[in-house]
Amino acid sequence: MQEVPDMIACEECDAVYRRLALGRDEVAFCRCCGGELERDISSRRRRVLPLTIAGLFMYIVANAFPIVEMELHGLVNQTTLMGSVIALNAEGMPLVAFLVWTTTILFPLIQLLALIYLLAAPNRPGGFAYRPAFNLLGRIIQTLRPWVMVEIFLLGVIVAFVKMTSMATVLPGPALWALSVLTFLFAAVLSFDPRYIWRKPIPERGK
Amino acid sequence: MSANRTVQSANQPMEAQSPATGSRVKTAARLDMVSCHHCATLWKDVKAHDRCERCGAELHARKPDSINRTWALLIAACIMYVPANMLPVMTTASLFEEKQDTIMSGIIYFWVSGSWVLALIVFIASFLVPLFKLAAMILLLIMVQRHSSRGLLQRTKLYRVVEVTGRWSMLDVFVVSLLTGLVQIKGFAMVYAGPGIVAFAAVVVLTMLASISFDPRLTWDAMEYESRKPV
Repeated sequence: MQEVPDMIACEECDAVYRRLALGRDEVAFCRCCGGELERDISSRRRRVLPLTIAGLFMYIVANAFPIVEMELHGLVNQTTLMGSVIALNAEGMPLVAFLVWTTTILFPLIQLLALIYLLAAPNRPGGFAYRPAFNLLGRIIQTLRPWVMVEIFLLGVIVAFVKMTSMATVLPGPALWALSVLTFLFAAVLSFDPRYIWRKPIPERGK
Repeated sequence: MSANRTVQSANQPMEAQSPATGSRVKTAARLDMVSCHHCATLWKDVKAHDRCERCGAELHARKPDSINRTWALLIAACIMYVPANMLPVMTTASLFEEKQDTIMSGIIYFWVSGSWVLALIVFIASFLVPLFKLAAMILLLIMVQRHSSRGLLQRTKLYRVVEVTGRWSMLDVFVVSLLTGLVQIKGFAMVYAGPGIVAFAAVVVLTMLASISFDPRLTWDAMEYESRKPV
């Protein structure tokens, strides 16, 4: 098995290209199908770690406080992220509860923690991170990406909110604001593809 | 975040190095190379069950058993689509009445009560997207199996749209889960999740898995098939 470091294949149509040296923020596209081949993220890389840590704080707030509060005939009830999962489970919907739990609570946390490790580890003075763990976390981030659904959950909160206004008085909880910030942070953080940590620079021609 | 990105598509395809062979561009498969699915490193002389030395992922030229797996997941999703739309997704119980809602009746409720924007959002996310996804994936699969080389670019774009939009169908699952968590005032108002939401969640997960297990490169393999055909 031998590496071909100066070429790249399109993920969507398998066309092979010579890699080009990309300038700042440049993107290379496939000529055949228009898919993205490679992008330069050198300017973005430094911003990702602080954004991820900010995301972790927002994640904690989003989980610790109620998302919405409702009042009906003087009776008040509220729910947190975990609260609705527990309610679903209690009503005999363990599978749906599990799905909601993984896509809104578990996977976002794994994503944030893995990304922090991935970005912080290579800078440690002791040298490079433990390789198998590093590789595994990088692959986990890529595999989980479609299953992190914070932004869809946020839209779900808005729909549920409007649905309730005709029935009772509803108030947004502190977690709702944290959740909105978290959505934007995730959008910025997840645009960072771990494949660029593995990427090697293009070797000089003629060597 | 990437406001100053410049678009550059002036890559030299391998065509420049090889004599014209009928197909437009050289593919990795034709050059006996395998691209790692996780880190996009290109390898040659790959044996079966080799792992990528860069990131440790298993290497294969195409996603394993892609057509069969995608068909299996799609057929399961089609079956679940029926109960997902027929059974109630939630039950609202107030002091005087009990009301059962299906996906469609929830949309109609929004429309009638004047929230047209929300009615439209939920209609697209919960009704149009799953239907579109099932139809698009079946079309893509059938055309791959017939080695059709029609509309390759359009089919690739269709696949991209399916990949991006598919996740948004989870919207209704989240709405129901939030309402069950929130509306729990004994005697006055209670919301229960109905059996329909299980089927609906299954449709979303199955179609997502189907689009993940489909390999868009199979679409372009039709070009290879065509160039190998005796004239």
